[in-house]
Amino acid sequence: MSEEIKKAPQEPAVNEAEALPKAQNQFHFYVKKFARRKTALVALIFIALLIVVAIIGPAIAPYDPATPDYSSYLTGPTAKHLLGTDEFGRDVLSRIIVGSRLSLTCALSAVIVGAALGTLLGLLAGYYGGIIESIVMRGSDILFAFPDILLAIAIVAILGPGTLNVIIAVAVFTVPSFARIMRSATLQVKNSLYVEVARSLGCPDRRILWVHIFPGTIQSMIVNFTMRIGTAILAAASLSFLGFGADVTVPEWGAMLSTARNYMTTAPHLVYAPGIVIFLTVLAFNLVGDGLRDTLDPKLK
Amino acid sequence: MEDKILEVRHLTTEFKTGKNTAVTAVSDVSFDLARGEILGLVGESGCGKSVTSLSIMGLFEDTAGRVAEGEILFDGMDLTKLSRKQLRTIRGKRISMIFQNPMSSLNSCMRVDAQLIEAIRLHNDLSHGEARKRAFDMLEAVGIPDPEQTLRSYPHQLSGGMSQRVMIAMALCCEPEMMIADEPTTALDVTIQAQILELMKKIRDKNNTSILFITHDLGVVAEMCTRALVMYAGRIVEEASVLDLFANPIHPYTKGLLASMPRLGADILDLTSIPGSVPDLSAMPQGCKFAPRCPYATARCRESEPELLPVPGAAGRRCRCFLYGADAEKEAKA
Amino acid sequence: MTEPIVSVRHAVKTFKASKGGLGSKAKFVHAVNDVSFDIQPGETFSLVGESGCGKSTTGRLIDHLIEPDSGEIWFDGKNISHLSEKEMRPLRADVQMIFQDPYGSLNPRIKIQDQLGEPLLLHTKLSAGERLKKVQELLETVGLSASHGERYPHEFSGGQLQRIGIARAISVNPKLMIADEPVSALDVSIQAQVLTLMKKLQSQLNLTYLFISHDLSVVEMISDRIAVMYLGTIVELADKRDLYARPIHPYTQALLSAVPEPDPTIKKDRILLEGDIPSPVNPPSGCLFHTRCAYCTERCRQERPEAKDFGNGHMVKCHLTEKFAGK
Repeated sequence: MSEEIKKAPQEPAVNEAEALPKAQNQFHFYVKKFARRKTALVALIFIALLIVVAIIGPAIAPYDPATPDYSSYLTGPTAKHLLGTDEFGRDVLSRIIVGSRLSLTCALSAVIVGAALGTLLGLLAGYYGGIIESIVMRGSDILFAFPDILLAIAIVAILGPGTLNVIIAVAVFTVPSFARIMRSATLQVKNSLYVEVARSLGCPDRRILWVHIFPGTIQSMIVNFTMRIGTAILAAASLSFLGFGADVTVPEWGAMLSTARNYMTTAPHLVYAPGIVIFLTVLAFNLVGDGLRDTLDPKLK
Repeated sequence: MEDKILEVRHLTTEFKTGKNTAVTAVSDVSFDLARGEILGLVGESGCGKSVTSLSIMGLFEDTAGRVAEGEILFDGMDLTKLSRKQLRTIRGKRISMIFQNPMSSLNSCMRVDAQLIEAIRLHNDLSHGEARKRAFDMLEAVGIPDPEQTLRSYPHQLSGGMSQRVMIAMALCCEPEMMIADEPTTALDVTIQAQILELMKKIRDKNNTSILFITHDLGVVAEMCTRALVMYAGRIVEEASVLDLFANPIHPYTKGLLASMPRLGADILDLTSIPGSVPDLSAMPQGCKFAPRCPYATARCRESEPELLPVPGAAGRRCRCFLYGADAEKEAKA
Repeated sequence: MTEPIVSVRHAVKTFKASKGGLGSKAKFVHAVNDVSFDIQPGETFSLVGESGCGKSTTGRLIDHLIEPDSGEIWFDGKNISHLSEKEMRPLRADVQMIFQDPYGSLNPRIKIQDQLGEPLLLHTKLSAGERLKKVQELLETVGLSASHGERYPHEFSGGQLQRIGIARAISVNPKLMIADEPVSALDVSIQAQVLTLMKKLQSQLNLTYLFISHDLSVVEMISDRIAVMYLGTIVELADKRDLYARPIHPYTQALLSAVPEPDPTIKKDRILLEGDIPSPVNPPSGCLFHTRCAYCTERCRQERPEAKDFGNGHMVKCHLTEKFAGK
């Protein structure tokens, strides 16, 4: 069949024939992809700054947020008080800065607790199905039926006001969304060929769940996580606004908004400051969530 | 060559990968297709055969792909220079295409009769009733046992073989002069494949339709085609009549391909493989694209790329290789 | 005759395709319809057939990924038909599977060397360092280099991934390897790499293969004995040489004649079958092949044929074998 070969063929070196393209660092790839989304990047920088402010808060606040100054109360923004003063003459800017600490810790802890619980329930429901799935899913459906705030109010009404209870309330209404998302992500990954392979190798259930399935579902969870932080901040602020929140001496954005209601006509600056800060923070988290979702989508550049 | 229906000259197709970057999927492809001939375009995955066929049909508008260079002369007209409107009058009427997976090429939300009638009425001035009669006749002609039942079905209710016959009927309904078949039987079972190949041969015999048959299966090429082009990494590496190609392959890739093909009656000890894998489009080696896997590669092969040149002493054969093409003679003489 | 390593006895498996209710009966896919065969240790036994013939399902039954509705599956002298997952686990080291989709069978988020080391982690008591060493040896056995272990699956080609899959399967020295269409998704020039590797490993490690494929040329090259399946039954079973030289069942004859030969000088006298493969949801009565058989008689329509022995282990299920045996 073949004609005479011209010279003896030599095996091309294994290295040349089997060479792989240069290894690509996954992390760098995703970081660069995220950086291409300008709005998300700006939002991320804002959040980073916010976190820094929350951590070092009292150190950079120009005034002590609790010290009243009855000589200058309800004054608008001036050079001395950049955002004005409240009804007790306390500096609004300082209160905003120190208040960030409470708002962020509340929201973050609530979402972390809710995500952890919701993820665990979703994974188990998706993997084992049957009665576990029915309980978790119907439970989530019930919780979903309530508007978030109403549920949170109900919980705080039962448990009483206070920071810890606010965190618990927000965590509770965060659980169902994670449970749902993780359950469907689990179902999807469970049916992959490589999971079947793991089973055929003799992998026990626990290992399949945590080593093979869970890493494939993290992607779905991350985006929801960032989005829910925004919701949680809003919820915590709303609860404080309604008077269920923390102790009144500690500054908190929602509580500030609540008292500002009484002075809307005379001192509108008291409404703008906390209002705008809440708005920007929630927006920033949502934009970062959007950016993350786009980054993790393999079909988008 | 006698009456040519298609002449492709130096076709190069690129795909944009970024703002200023592009990969070349097909480079410097030139060949002719005569009337009534079945020409095979053979290669493995990623060699550019599908991209070639899509370029001919002009199906890259609005995508990241574009024909960067070259001419595609269909019956004398340069398809690359036609407007969209003009291309549309040719597509389906004078050139038609059959795709690999009939399940995804037929619209799953439309009944078969609706799709066939649409195809017919696009190019013919017929009433709805007349078009349906034509559709019925076409289905009968492609060997569907119960055309009325099939007309009333949705694509997902048909089997793979039936759907492919419907696709062929759709491709033939305007009696095109040329048909491009892109892996038409790859997704079918072997006994169904045999039926479809017989059908296509019948069609060529009856209507003198030229067929550009794209496949990776050399067995199908041996059975269906009179001439064949072998592609690798976006380039034609060998062209020959099918008899010559199998009896006397010249390009090392063709030789490797034939030697690695499992076939009835051969022993596994006779089977050799081509080491390594197809180069990534965005990281092509300098020089001959097959050199990293070629047992005969020389330093010259790794530095510069050979051209597709006629093989001396063999009519109608071309080869892209320093060791075997027209250069080789010069080398040998030197 | 030595004790067979696998013994399948009248295995039947159906799947539910749709629930019944509201006037329509539940639909079942009759994937495997009374299949029986043995696999001898050290041989390569192939199941060949077109889509819907039940070959993949049979492979899964033997690997205990699904359980038979009736009939028995014996592996290495034990009846594994209805073992619980826990009871099956220690046996899993002895039977390993290679899958059709090289890209899907590896976890995209775990490094190659960790995936290769997984069977070792599950079934042996080697330390992490010993496992890594074994993994590197395995990579070299299949023609890759040890440095490839640090990479992730998406960086490799199909052929390389399939070889990695094979490396993983042989890591625990299995007795039986089930290869389900291992080369169908690969390019022709790469198929040869994987097939030659499999043959080499078989003699080195004394493996037994169950090879499942639709490609008759590939099956002829690698097998010792072959079973041709159609709609869930074995219609013919024979030694490789016997089957290709002297196919008796009309379906086997048609299948062999349908394979396109890569030799343009051969003009094949093709046996063309009428019609499509019937759906396994509605298998025909009597002989499952009668709807497409050119020689169909009334008896073929009514009665399911029994297996007939033609000597040397050549088994055929057809009423008209006297007619064909002479050919």
